[in-house]
Amino acid sequence: MKPRGDGGAADGKNAGAAGELRRHCRVREEGAYPHPVTTDALLPALAARVRATAHAGARACPCGAATLADRPDASVVRHAGTVAKAHAPDTDPAALARRVAVAAGLPGVFLPPLAPTPVTLHGRPVTFWPYGTPVDPEDPDAAPWEAAAGLLARLHRAPVPEEGVPAMSGPAKAARAVARLRTGAPHHPAAGPVLGAWAGLPSWARAETGPPAATALCHGDLHLGQLVRHPAPAGPWLLIDVDDLGTGDPAWDLARPAAWYACGLLPPEEWQRFLTAYRAAGGPAVPADGDPWPALDVPARALTVQTAARAVTKAAAADRPLDEAELPLVDACARMAAMRPSAPGG
Amino acid sequence: MQCPKCHAPMHTYNRNGVQIEQCSGCRGIFLDYGELESLTRLEAQWSQSAPPPAPPAAPQGYPAAQQPAWGAPHGGHGHGHYGHHRQKGFGRMLFSS
Repeated sequence: MKPRGDGGAADGKNAGAAGELRRHCRVREEGAYPHPVTTDALLPALAARVRATAHAGARACPCGAATLADRPDASVVRHAGTVAKAHAPDTDPAALARRVAVAAGLPGVFLPPLAPTPVTLHGRPVTFWPYGTPVDPEDPDAAPWEAAAGLLARLHRAPVPEEGVPAMSGPAKAARAVARLRTGAPHHPAAGPVLGAWAGLPSWARAETGPPAATALCHGDLHLGQLVRHPAPAGPWLLIDVDDLGTGDPAWDLARPAAWYACGLLPPEEWQRFLTAYRAAGGPAVPADGDPWPALDVPARALTVQTAARAVTKAAAADRPLDEAELPLVDACARMAAMRPSAPGG
Repeated sequence: MQCPKCHAPMHTYNRNGVQIEQCSGCRGIFLDYGELESLTRLEAQWSQSAPPPAPPAAPQGYPAAQQPAWGAPHGGHGHGHYGHHRQKGFGRMLFSS
């Protein structure tokens, strides 16, 4: 992947012409999200970097920048057709560089990075990407389940590069969510069932040991926010977010929709669309037919626990009750915890 | 023909190709040579082609072995937490880690 000085605007042309700038500004307004106030120096610096990347050589532009996300673990700023992401401060820079390289080696599966290696800005590793159109959060019914399944099947079937691909960090992410629950809301009434369900998981799913068989390249954090159309707005769907990409059990990538379905949140039709498309594309995480749950059970339990832990921590911090989408997760954890004494072998 | 036991008249019936004489008085049945074997054979064929006994009553609409044991009790069909309108909270959850 060669770096692209033009910033990778959707049509690949340089963004110098007046018409282009007008288009950029319109796009910016469409994408102008509310601007949260958390990071002090990082956001302006990130904005300057993404602007410079978007308009290599241009002296001034009227675009401004749109903040797409500003969370403790990631700040994402867009300028015209270019997006810069500042990764979490505790990111391992070498592992991130490997993950970016893996994504660059999977065109048609992952959004191609604009720069082959991350840069450092205010102590944060920063990566550059072309802008892609996300799934409309107001219209989850338009979720591209078939496309998501097809991309995952291709990712899971891709040969694993021989040198130093990091482990998929889904289990580590789940462990972090549970650690935050332990410190943030240990006395919440829902903490007991969530921690009970966590205790019943095998050690690999809690990131205490490596996976039993690291077999495939995995995304590690699949949800509907991880898909964009590129070139925007109508190009093919691609995966984004390499932070958890690595080798592991590919069932992890199917397990979040599986968990939503099992908790009664995702209609069975949508789950079946996703599962059927994954199988049709030759995805190796589940058997081609028959019951997929022996393969999905552990990761789906882990992701149910992770999502429930996040929900309980957030609800406790906001001093609000669990909502109608969060309670079924805690209920599922309670059922898992209740099953523990009669677990196989016990 | 008269019943050898009570001497009442016997009536002939044909059941699946087997001739059966039944007494109109005592309801006794007279079988010719080989008719018992024919009936037995027919009974065996009937058992083989009959549908298997119904499985133990599974909850309605619960897709067998297609959902984990810890799943929502009615998560398989229609009674889940989704409805005609997808919940706002779940809509948000679809997009977050």
